[in-house]
Amino acid sequence: MEGIYLDNNATTMVDPVIVEEMLPYFTDQFGNPSSMHAFGNKVGFAIKKARKQIQELLGAEHDSEIIFTSCGTESDSTAILSALKAQPERNEIITTVVEHPAVLTLCEHLEKEGYKVHYLKVDAKGRLDLSEYQQVLSERVAVVSVMWANNETGTIFPVREMAEMANRAGVMFHTDAVQAVGKIPMDLKSTKIDMLSISGHKLHAPKGIGVLYLRRGVRFRPLLRGGHQERGRRAGTENTASIVGLGKATELAMEHMEFENTTVAAMRDRLQEGILDAVPYSFVTGDPDNRLPNTCNIAFEYIEGEAILMLLNKQGIAASSGSACTSGSLEPSHVMRAMDIPYTAAHGSVRFSFSRYNTMAEVEKVIEVVPPIMAQLRKLSPYWDGDRPLDEPEKAFAPTYA
Amino acid sequence: MWDYSETVKEHFYNPRNAGAVEEANATGDVGSLSCGDALRLTLKVNPETEVIEDAGFQTFGCGSAIASSSALTEIVKGMTLDDALTVSNQDIADYLEGLPPEKMHCSVMGREALQAAVADYRGEEWSDDHEEGALICKCFAVDAVLIEETVRANNLKTVEEVANYTKAGGGCASCHEGIEEILAMVFEEKGETFDPTADVIPAVESTPETLVAGATGMTNLQRIRKIEKVIESLRPQLQLDGGDVELVDVMGDTIYVNMTGACNGCQMAAMTLGGIQQRLIEELGSFVKVLPSTEMPKTAAGV
Ligand SMILES: Cc1ncc(COP(=O)(O)O)c(C=O)c1O
Repeated sequence: MEGIYLDNNATTMVDPVIVEEMLPYFTDQFGNPSSMHAFGNKVGFAIKKARKQIQELLGAEHDSEIIFTSCGTESDSTAILSALKAQPERNEIITTVVEHPAVLTLCEHLEKEGYKVHYLKVDAKGRLDLSEYQQVLSERVAVVSVMWANNETGTIFPVREMAEMANRAGVMFHTDAVQAVGKIPMDLKSTKIDMLSISGHKLHAPKGIGVLYLRRGVRFRPLLRGGHQERGRRAGTENTASIVGLGKATELAMEHMEFENTTVAAMRDRLQEGILDAVPYSFVTGDPDNRLPNTCNIAFEYIEGEAILMLLNKQGIAASSGSACTSGSLEPSHVMRAMDIPYTAAHGSVRFSFSRYNTMAEVEKVIEVVPPIMAQLRKLSPYWDGDRPLDEPEKAFAPTYA
Repeated sequence: MWDYSETVKEHFYNPRNAGAVEEANATGDVGSLSCGDALRLTLKVNPETEVIEDAGFQTFGCGSAIASSSALTEIVKGMTLDDALTVSNQDIADYLEGLPPEKMHCSVMGREALQAAVADYRGEEWSDDHEEGALICKCFAVDAVLIEETVRANNLKTVEEVANYTKAGGGCASCHEGIEEILAMVFEEKGETFDPTADVIPAVESTPETLVAGATGMTNLQRIRKIEKVIESLRPQLQLDGGDVELVDVMGDTIYVNMTGACNGCQMAAMTLGGIQQRLIEELGSFVKVLPSTEMPKTAAGV
């Protein structure tokens, strides 16, 4: 596929090495790992190996703490619903306003069922206020669910510290680490994190495979009951090939951890600098000093994200946007709104997310292509005049809103 | 990525009439608050003839907002103001060979900008009467505000009734949970509880007499003649689009019709049926349901 792919927080390419590793489990070794015959005799070992590989990347104490699921969303749902089911006397949840819909939509639904949800707010850089968090921690809270890193801005939350605080208050702690795993070194055994979600397709494994890390001893209630797979904690015949793929993917992520935090981060930094230098009225959203090495989110003022993406796409560049129009909802990204980004900028926010398959040559190409696109769209913008915004743009153009 | 028509893409990549018109004497600034899109339309109107001699747009918005703005300026150039005011958002969408349902509001914004610009030219105050909510039904592009208002105005009680009145939920059915939530909210306002398993309670007892007289005091014969007349009046429009409709039977509040030609069998058929139903409800002054004759009960159809 020709083109420059800078949308790795949405999903990633499956590494060809990983595909190679997976293929036998569709054909020769297609057997059910639970069966007593030769068609599946290697499968059980393969799953065991994958579990070990993932244990290693996470720094988990035991491999039995790794539960395979169908995706990041399932892991999130399993974690939160398990905490509620296992502790019926507790009916509160703490989360943040900037979580992925996998957590937010579930929490909103649980509110309708009578649970009380505390949504921690963020500041203009997307950071939490830990004293606000401390105040809502109580014995009524069943679970805290806070993402490790934000998918839109890459901003990292202090989950280790927050898990300690939850632990001191006797509250379970879950983190959606879908964006963080493979990009940030982890050692779960030395933390107080009780549950953690992974999704394979964010780290070059296939879509449709996830993991829930469940610390040994944490009370648990399965989401799916049925067969004895995953020690009865997640019934359903294992997605063998994808499990093998995810195992290999975590191994590769370990090997590239340093590369990710040096070379990939350098490409990201160069892109950011190149764009900010060349495009006036643009700025980075989130917390640039504390974010994933592969992500940068830039707001281009007075123009709209979907239009930007369409023009980028025409040049073979893939990115994504927090604009309302790309999501099919009418609201701009909840993450941009939570940080109080003015809507004339929030709609024009574009996320560039890298992987180890990007190159510096691609970065230079994007830096070349982006400024004329922004200029072209600004020429159409009612907030823009010549080479700058109107004076007091939001007063000079103040439409009647429907 | 959205499934945009080639025409939408063409107008987005090569917008017509971008920028403000010089010597403009009419300006319409409108925006869609929920979506964040905004549009400034400038017109140069000949004061003698009221013909729009030039039109230009500046748009802060997505691909389809820009394409809709471009289409709008192309459509209205050369029109008189009165003619321009008859341009509907559907006309804009049609000009672009359709818009995804989620994007229909972009064409609405175009029409509103036009109304605002004409009001500006005539020294009138323009205010918008249309509020827009989150999109609930993606098959027929129906938003929450419209559903809520229709539920209130007509005292609707079930998802089925909502589908009959607004078309929302009449397609793939995946928005039924959302519709139930709106019903539950309106019920709660009235201090009642919504029962999703309840059957439609007929507003009037369905005795032959009430069916004959309806709420409007017409005899059965008058009523059927009226229905015939309404359907007759809609045929020329449908024939223009290569389709046709005929009245098959009337059973109480249910009117069976036969759709033919281009209207038959596609999503447009459902849209058209909804439109016919709407007209009949207006003309008869009472609720009726319009169904294709294929849904007629076998025994009643005499086969
Ligand atoms: C932070 C975060 N959580 C959860 C998910 C959902 O993962 P999945 O697509 O595997 O369900 C995603 C990815 O879209 C994500 O970015």
